Amino acid sequence: MTTTVETAVSPLAVPLAGERRSGHGALAFLVARRVLAGVLVLWAAITATFLAIQLAPGDTVSLLLGENRDDPVLRAQTIERWGLNQPLWVQYLTYLRRIPSGDLGISYTLRQPVAHLIAINAGPTFTLAAVAAAGAIVIAILGALIVTSPVHWLRPLVSGYELIMVSAPSFWLAIVLLWLFSFELGWFSIVKQGSWQALVLPAASLALPIGAYLSQLLVSGIDRAMEQPFIITTRARGSSLLAARIQHALRHAALPALHMLGLIVGSLLGGAVIVEQVFGRVGLGQLLVDAVKVKDMPLILGVTLVTTAVFVAASTVVDILGTLIDPRTKGNLR
Amino acid sequence: MTAVSIPSGGLFAAHLPRWIRGIRPTLVLSLLVLAVAASAAIAPGLWTHTDPLHADPLAARQPPSLAHLAGTDIQGRDVLTRIVYGARFSLLIGLGATLVALGLGAILGIVAGVGPRWADQLVTRLVDVVAAFPEVLLALLMIALSGRGAINLALALGVAGLPKYARTIRATVQQTRCAGYVEQATTFGASRWQRLVRHVLPNALGPLPVMVTIGFGGAIISSSGLSFLGLGPQPPAAEWGLMLAESRNYLRQTWWTGVFPGVALTAVVMAATVLGRHLQERYERRLP
Repeated sequence: MTTTVETAVSPLAVPLAGERRSGHGALAFLVARRVLAGVLVLWAAITATFLAIQLAPGDTVSLLLGENRDDPVLRAQTIERWGLNQPLWVQYLTYLRRIPSGDLGISYTLRQPVAHLIAINAGPTFTLAAVAAAGAIVIAILGALIVTSPVHWLRPLVSGYELIMVSAPSFWLAIVLLWLFSFELGWFSIVKQGSWQALVLPAASLALPIGAYLSQLLVSGIDRAMEQPFIITTRARGSSLLAARIQHALRHAALPALHMLGLIVGSLLGGAVIVEQVFGRVGLGQLLVDAVKVKDMPLILGVTLVTTAVFVAASTVVDILGTLIDPRTKGNLR
Repeated sequence: MTAVSIPSGGLFAAHLPRWIRGIRPTLVLSLLVLAVAASAAIAPGLWTHTDPLHADPLAARQPPSLAHLAGTDIQGRDVLTRIVYGARFSLLIGLGATLVALGLGAILGIVAGVGPRWADQLVTRLVDVVAAFPEVLLALLMIALSGRGAINLALALGVAGLPKYARTIRATVQQTRCAGYVEQATTFGASRWQRLVRHVLPNALGPLPVMVTIGFGGAIISSSGLSFLGLGPQPPAAEWGLMLAESRNYLRQTWWTGVFPGVALTAVVMAATVLGRHLQERYERRLP
């Protein structure tokens, strides 16, 4: 029984109806199709947020103004700026046309263009997410190789550790790491924003749970691959058990894990928002949470749309990569 | 599933009756944790006689001791009592979010699975759009529109979490619809509804208990994360995420306020995960 972890997530890999096409060597077609699908989903997401604002209780102007709803000058400006006196479909088209040109409106609490605020704050968040992703992959591969190693007593030990990591919320890990390594031991100061020391603990608290999760996925894949005939062949040709695991089984197991990476980018971005709060880091998370608390809608929409765009882009790239890496899926290029 | 279960039984295992050998310590422990958490949520008075909101400034910032097993917080409230009372909020929000996601996901999945082709297309695209947002961010957006609080939090997380349920149920419904026994029921003259209610649904919804148990753990993590951000129950309520948020500023002086609520949180999620994986294993091993 080795499929537990993987089947827990397999629903997401269920192919959608009408997407099964046989395309031969149609790489460009595949990429174009995927990118188009990503753009369409993003467009639908933007439309959904537009509709959500229209449907939300309270009038749109007050919603957009947040705390400043009683300021008549700002109110007039908002109506003017968002064209709220125009028919709904005109408003929708204006809203849609602004986004590609990078005009995401103006934050009412910070009185600055949303695009500018995002540009300033995106750097630290994406750095954090990227470092955490890299860390998670390293942790996952090391963990998987240890668990599948012939040293039997290590397996329950590492598995138990991984179970704890998968179950612990990253913001709690962040609190524990902060207390232990920053306050008690004083190894990593979080005071100097932008230094590598300040990045270690936030990245670790995001990477540990995701690394453990990926590792469990890899392990179930490796276990299954090691039972395949081609492993016996490589073993018969004289490759060591470790080499067979690294060169062949791991490669096999990487595919389901790769498919999960797209989703993991999403959970990283969501997790980063919360972990940034623990460490008091500047970033999109801080920006977004502050905006939610004062209902600064243009800012909330801007941050959500930008992160959603990154998420959709990552899923699209992972989808294309997955198809390219696995020769078996060539038959039904989606 | 060897990856998570610790091998049960030692030297004497072979001499014990079979049903005892079949007991998995990790599973028993998980059920125990869930039972304790559930009892704390239903009747917190069973576990503690202190008031979770009672602040005693004279007893503030006390480290764990016999009088206060998990210490006291900055206002002198007993941390263990607050953890016990916090179970209600944390479990209810997690359960609420899971049930909302399951309910919406089931409706959408069944409509897509048995409905006409256009309905399937529509639902599939709709679910794709919901899935396009990172879960926590979609929930944040919805809370921004609807306001904070425990109920809005559960609703927002439920909507954000519906894609996985909708997709799985749609897939299993479509699979079962094509199964031999459904075809046979058709030849016996069963109507569309009879086939759906008596044959397709009971078989298609089999993986649900597994999904709900595993999803519950995830929902507790997300909900505590959002109430950590101050978007769930408001102070002075006892809720695990909120308690952790309050501990953040005093971590240097009172580490216990930042550690123990998280231990409770992790223990419950872990128990749900172990139970969910066990159910899944049993489900997959069932007779075809």
